[in-house]
Amino acid sequence: MTTIAGERVGAARVARGPLRRFRWGVSDTLTVVQRNLLAYLRIPEALFFSSVQPIMFVLLFRYVFGGAIHVPGVSYVNYLIPGIFVQTVAFGAVSTSIGLAEDLQKGLIERFRALPMARSAVLTGRTVADLARNVVVVLIITAVGYAVGFRIQTNVAAFVAGLLLLLLFAYALSWGFAVIGLSAPNSETAQVMSFPVLFPLTFASSAFVPVASMPSWLRGFAEHQPVSVVVDAARALMLGGPTASYVWQSVAWSVGIVVVLAPLAVRRYRRA
Amino acid sequence: MTAAIEADGLVKTFKGGVRALDGVSFAVEPGTVFGLLGPNGAGKTTAVRILTTVLRPDDGRAAVLGHDVSAEPGLVRGLFGLAGQYAAVDENLTARENLRMVGRLNHLPRGVIAERSHTLLADFALEDAADRPLKTYSGGMRRRLDLAAALVASPPVLFLDEPTTGLDPQSRLDLWRVIEGLVADGTTVLLTTQYLEEADRLASELAVVDHGRVIAAGTPAALKTDLGTTVVEIVLADDRGVAASMEALTGIGGQPPRVSGTTIELPANAGPGVAMEALRLLDQAGVVPVSFTLREPSLDDVFLTLTGRPADDRGDPASVPASAVRP
Repeated sequence: MTTIAGERVGAARVARGPLRRFRWGVSDTLTVVQRNLLAYLRIPEALFFSSVQPIMFVLLFRYVFGGAIHVPGVSYVNYLIPGIFVQTVAFGAVSTSIGLAEDLQKGLIERFRALPMARSAVLTGRTVADLARNVVVVLIITAVGYAVGFRIQTNVAAFVAGLLLLLLFAYALSWGFAVIGLSAPNSETAQVMSFPVLFPLTFASSAFVPVASMPSWLRGFAEHQPVSVVVDAARALMLGGPTASYVWQSVAWSVGIVVVLAPLAVRRYRRA
Repeated sequence: MTAAIEADGLVKTFKGGVRALDGVSFAVEPGTVFGLLGPNGAGKTTAVRILTTVLRPDDGRAAVLGHDVSAEPGLVRGLFGLAGQYAAVDENLTARENLRMVGRLNHLPRGVIAERSHTLLADFALEDAADRPLKTYSGGMRRRLDLAAALVASPPVLFLDEPTTGLDPQSRLDLWRVIEGLVADGTTVLLTTQYLEEADRLASELAVVDHGRVIAAGTPAALKTDLGTTVVEIVLADDRGVAASMEALTGIGGQPPRVSGTTIELPANAGPGVAMEALRLLDQAGVVPVSFTLREPSLDDVFLTLTGRPADDRGDPASVPASAVRP
């Protein structure tokens, strides 16, 4: 019994100085990232089905709807894959909201708040883990895209730049969905609350069809909303065409979303 | 000597005007177990949430080992462990991984984490299941792991929020022994409970809380004596024997008997001797009761004495997981 209490080391473990605080912040974030990634590995079904869904979308649009969609100057499969990339990572951001809602519901966040860890680590750890998951999903889509006939029209460097650009956007979206997750009473509701945001963004966009085919009242939104901007940038990088303006705009969107929504998420977290 | 845990005039009102704490004060001596005793909704969990820096009080001061929880929350979080009624452990990790995570978030050296995990898993009888996901764990095992996680960093102060609520009797006994061991090693424990028996066994000092106020405080022995709650309960077949019984029983047990219908309650803090005396006197008076029981003090009795109403279940807005009370 005498060993249960252990040696008192508590009082010595206080962050002294900004350097140590920063190092602990990084270490706390990595611990939370690892914990979240382990959870993904422990539920292989979830990982499997979360990759099946985008594959279904590729097949659906490539073989079911694709025949009826004509995009001037480009084969539909080449047009589609950059859009699928962005749609998939946007859908993936929902897992940020579900994960946080679940942690809240189970009382884990309350427990984290009573630990001497960095306050930011729970949110940063969650968004970074979801970014890592998105990297895997993007690689799967690349392989599936190739299998159904997608071919890079520019070069590998530009293609990778396109992937980085949309992963940055996905990371930004995670912060937005973190706000939803921290506002929802439970994980089921978090999921339901996410879709009204997600559907207009991904489908009323240039991801699957040219915006020019939409009615004029919708076109204004569809053309300028962030998903379209990122899709257009990725498409330009992967298929060719003028890139500078699209890339600049999508980086601006991603940074803007983080600047506005991350503080909101942090505030929600503090009050949750 | 500075108190290990201090609450001074804590006030907390939740949205919707629920006044969870209405000026709660108490102090816990180092190396002792302090019990916060009260029904659901009394404000026990709210007090623990404030002391563990999770919730800010509207008014009042709270300190752990002399450090103000509002002024130095980061430092205070390194001083205590917290375990509770809702085992907050990660379902998707194994027991060992849970302990490692908590150890890392406490910034312990790798070697210390491994050693502490090893010791705690063995002491809490979790060694065989240490590398299994928690999905296969029973409620008692989760609760033990939750407590083990609270102890990874060897905190000098431990908060236990209804640690045995919902546990089977054997698990409860096991947990009591662990807590006694910790205190023997010098840990200061603040324990909240609805069970008088638990407070009686573990705590050296108690505060009884109701509606966010401390309504009585002292050692368990003093409270039981003061609140006079061991009773002999005598039920008669009809009201014909009541008057004779009352006359016979008046004068023993220190307090006058109470009657309602055909039931007579005789305070019996002096112990079983009162019951023997009562039986003898009833026999002399020619009264044969239908039932005759010696009832040990219960929380209900304490409450009845203190508040004039029974301790009922009203549902504590603060003792359910945080998510359920968020706006």
